[in-house]
Amino acid sequence: MSTTYQKPTERGYYGQFGGAFIPEMLYPNVEELRHNYLDIMAEPAFQEEYQQLLRDYVGRPTPLFEAKRLSEKYNTRIFLKREDLCHTGAHKVNNTVGQILLAKRLGKTRIIAETGAGQHGVATATVCALMGMQCIVYMGEIDMERQKPNVYRMRLLGAEVRAAMSGSRTLKDATNEAIRDWISNPVDTHYIIGSVVGPHPYPDLVARLQAVISEEMRKQLLEKTGSELPQYVVACVGGGSNAAGAFYHFLEEPSVKLVAVEAAGHGVNSGHSAATSVLGKPGIIHGSRTLLMQDEDGQITEPYSLSAGLDYPGIGPLHAFLADSGRARFISIEDEPALKAVAECSRLEGIIPALETAHALAALGQLGAGPDDVVVVNLSGRGDKDLETYIKYADAIM
Amino acid sequence: MNRIQQAFEKKQRGLLNIYFTAGYPTLDATVPLIKAISAAGADLIEIGMPFSDPLADGPVIQQSSTVALANGMNMRVLFRQLEGIREEVAETPILLMGYLNPVMQFGVENFCREAAAAGVDGIILPDLPLDDYVAEYQETFRQHNLRPVFLITPQTAPERIRRIDELTDSFLYLVSGPGTTGGQNTQAEGVQEAYFQRIEAMNLRNPRLIGFGIGDKASFQNACQHAEGAIIGSALIRALEGVDDAPGAATRFIQSVIK
Repeated sequence: MSTTYQKPTERGYYGQFGGAFIPEMLYPNVEELRHNYLDIMAEPAFQEEYQQLLRDYVGRPTPLFEAKRLSEKYNTRIFLKREDLCHTGAHKVNNTVGQILLAKRLGKTRIIAETGAGQHGVATATVCALMGMQCIVYMGEIDMERQKPNVYRMRLLGAEVRAAMSGSRTLKDATNEAIRDWISNPVDTHYIIGSVVGPHPYPDLVARLQAVISEEMRKQLLEKTGSELPQYVVACVGGGSNAAGAFYHFLEEPSVKLVAVEAAGHGVNSGHSAATSVLGKPGIIHGSRTLLMQDEDGQITEPYSLSAGLDYPGIGPLHAFLADSGRARFISIEDEPALKAVAECSRLEGIIPALETAHALAALGQLGAGPDDVVVVNLSGRGDKDLETYIKYADAIM
Repeated sequence: MNRIQQAFEKKQRGLLNIYFTAGYPTLDATVPLIKAISAAGADLIEIGMPFSDPLADGPVIQQSSTVALANGMNMRVLFRQLEGIREEVAETPILLMGYLNPVMQFGVENFCREAAAAGVDGIILPDLPLDDYVAEYQETFRQHNLRPVFLITPQTAPERIRRIDELTDSFLYLVSGPGTTGGQNTQAEGVQEAYFQRIEAMNLRNPRLIGFGIGDKASFQNACQHAEGAIIGSALIRALEGVDDAPGAATRFIQSVIK
């Protein structure tokens, strides 16, 4: 059993969660990555190129903004970590910049990715354009419809967007299709997974690449509050990459309360929900053992959220471990309060958040934070991509 | 000696292993299909346990799984259907193929006991890692006399192939080339031949069956030149689509391959 939250065991386990449950066809690829990722990421030349791209291309460090009007409303001290100000509009690019450098060093020439809301797809298409690599992005047919602007952005960036037509035609199915593509192209292709999910080493790899978020938070909090440690860190969880990044450097700090916010859709028990930590039980999806929404026969059930980025029946194995061990508190937020939080953040702070992020903001009232507490919300992405949804639900929002 | 080994001893070349999805095209088609497939001349039968998200399979088998699940197929139903199957089909080896999650939820111990009681001989779980099999499941499989079957691909390293060969007494499942089930084989003929020859030259303990992308008489005969036999799945599923008489369609399909 792992005693640390930050690092999984050698075989990729966080407690009982993790591992690499993959068909033999993927074994050489995943092994190659497992053997090389830590060494490559430790190379000074890699770090130099990665840090330079984060600074000059992504626009890091992202600001830590004290949200005074939200603070006043919730009677606590709220900071927003502005990942929405990253190039391409969300935290996803932190990971794709790192993985494309890794792929280059592994001699890969073709990149595939899956995407739900499209933010990871756009971030992948962006770095592929930057590096002159072929890029194919799998996206559920339903998600292509509800996140149209991102589909066009990917195409504009030179990526081929392929519709996943099976199952619920959302993120889960896009991931299945991406894995099948990887099985069919085992030598020249690197699969840039967009969240802390998938077979080991992906959950650890993506968490490390997103850890820049909490690394910056600590420095910025010290400057702004006199302490590196807040009382609360809040982030939304679909697969959980932005939450993993926001939590990473606080995982071993027991005084920091970690709050993960899941999408409850129409309600946790409505049958239309994506609240995996409540509804899931241990199972295997996309190569790792984690908490998984499934029926009693082990068939994966179809999740629902208005937000395409949270519409996933599992969570990353690190998050399953955080939920299971009680290290993080999980809160479920329904579609409607999330939509209301979009309007609240927009009007009080002049920041239109992504629908995913809005779930985290909607949890502010449930934290129990006091006037002297410091709360950091990871503002994982901006809401431009969700405008069509916001227009459709204008009556509920305004 | 188990039934799988017996099948390979009885017939040394040209063995045909037929895959179909339990509960497809109708819930009750399972047993009639087993009988028809065996009677039509297949040497081994692989029964797919439908899963909602079958990663190693292509669209044809995924679709058949979706239909089978909608028909009400699950592990309990399948084991009930298989009760008494050995009175109908005495010798043909029966293997179950599927994914780990439904087996885990059913309970691996339960699963092995029920499978053994039904007269199942072998299990294929493509997403069960070798190390996890050895660490957690090998003993249970052994107790119930079930043989695991592991996949080998052109990228599988020689020492791993030897380890896989040591871990079973059934056959080695040679994935013909990159891709999921039912796909076209995109690999150049020469590359494929070199891969099959490389494995043949290793003088392994277990016989080999080639699978993925085998779908008719020509590809079956070609595969049989490089191994003891081959596995056909998606092409049979296609032959069952929309037919009223599934056993009849399976019989005609198998005869078109082996006659």
